[in-house]
Amino acid sequence: MFAYEFMRTAFVAAFLAAFVCGPVGWFLVLRGQSFASHALSHVGFAGAAAALLWGQPALLGFGLSAVVSGMGMGVASDRVVGRDVMIGLVLSLAMGTGALCLHFLTRSAGAATALLFGDILGISPSSLYWLAALAVGCVAALAVISRPLLFASLQPEVAEARGVNLRLLDVLFLALVGIASAMCSQITGVLLVFTLMVAPAAASLRLGFGPMSGMGVAFCLALIEAWGGLYLSWLTDCPASFWIALLGSVVFASANGVAHLRGR
Amino acid sequence: MMTPAIKAEQLSVSYGGRRVLDQVSFAIPPGSFVAVLGGNGAGKTSLFRAIMGLSTPERGSVLVEGQPVGRGCMPVGYMPQMRRMVAGQISGWHMVAAALQGRAWGLPWCSAHARAEVDAALDAVDARELAARPVMSLSGGERQRLLLAQALLDHPRILLLDEPLASLDPARMRETTRRIYDLARQRGLTVLFSTHDINPLMGFMDSVLYLAHGKALLGSVDDVMTTPALSALYGAPVEVVRANGRLFVVADGGGDTLHCCDCAEHTR
Repeated sequence: MFAYEFMRTAFVAAFLAAFVCGPVGWFLVLRGQSFASHALSHVGFAGAAAALLWGQPALLGFGLSAVVSGMGMGVASDRVVGRDVMIGLVLSLAMGTGALCLHFLTRSAGAATALLFGDILGISPSSLYWLAALAVGCVAALAVISRPLLFASLQPEVAEARGVNLRLLDVLFLALVGIASAMCSQITGVLLVFTLMVAPAAASLRLGFGPMSGMGVAFCLALIEAWGGLYLSWLTDCPASFWIALLGSVVFASANGVAHLRGR
Repeated sequence: MMTPAIKAEQLSVSYGGRRVLDQVSFAIPPGSFVAVLGGNGAGKTSLFRAIMGLSTPERGSVLVEGQPVGRGCMPVGYMPQMRRMVAGQISGWHMVAAALQGRAWGLPWCSAHARAEVDAALDAVDARELAARPVMSLSGGERQRLLLAQALLDHPRILLLDEPLASLDPARMRETTRRIYDLARQRGLTVLFSTHDINPLMGFMDSVLYLAHGKALLGSVDDVMTTPALSALYGAPVEVVRANGRLFVVADGGGDTLHCCDCAEHTR
């Protein structure tokens, strides 16, 4: 399996995505913002499709649109009235815009499938440098804000009283979610970002780990999902994103079972 | 003369376009145990936010230990209303520990010293054992104890407790109030204790800060909880009734009970 460069590249890319998705996802689930990753990946889809149309890398378009949208969500977090309707409209508009951009692409069918369901085996070795830079930058930034972010996530009123800037943290964190979604979409595609970002983190929290160990466990579970999905894809010749989604469900169900047995 | 722990001068604060405090003035001596009383929307939480520097007064000022209020750098421990618990699956210990140096950038590592501080705060409210459990498995009273432990971190000299008795049964109310009172006396803390029902605080509090219709009245229970004083504060006739050892504040004519307190328990 590792004799092929595309498989080696895929395993490294999966490692980088898990490295980011574990800790970012842990905070995402803790804060009750799991749906944000789903929303940002939809918006990122429009950005990626637009980038492809203009001859730019999909990752660039995805990342920029997801980060800008994430920061916008952070700024407007408590100002939007009728939030569910607004989110639904924005998601629909994003998917529609993505579909329009793909309509004008000559290779639209292949591009659409790659964006929506991922194309991990199609990642070029040169893209790994970008993914690695994004992963290191994203995790480093999360490390810097993680202490006040944890405080603000658990006790927003007390955190605000002690001088934590809730709005700034919201904006910074959702920008990181945008980057993580962009990276994750390279592996699982737009529609399955949830499985790598949320399932391992939710399982980690369900098992009752503390913040530092919880983020570490979320990373390990995400890595097991991503690498396991690649391996099973190699064995069965089925899409890796299918196996990753399946493993995500298995991981979360197992964590629930363990937590139940432990009486949590 | 001793500097007041908290002093409000002509303080006006609005919330949601409505003026909830209108040119309120009072001074609370250090070490006082004060019941902050008032109905829904009377301005209790708004007053606390103004004291913590989280809202800008429209007029007037608040001084904490003689200094203008500033966000996050005051000797104030805050216990919020227990409206929601985001961190259902995380342990109580980690929830409390998150507040320790929670403003500082960096990873949420806990040094041995920080761990000892968290444990000491938990011990102070007798919550070390229950802190090992997930927050979602704790009862309302147990969660309140964790929030109180969190408020005690970083050694505050003033405690602002926002409805700490909400959702507790009467026995727990009395027990919680005693616990807070004992802590405050041991540590020389000034306590502002907001509540709808001052019944469990009788015999513990030094004074009452009664908020109504944007106005405030500060004084002893016997001075404040009288028909003339509260009628003047509400700007409408209310009656303070003593019956069966209990004290009721009722709207005159309407029969609505505004507040009650148990006069039979004036001893600690």
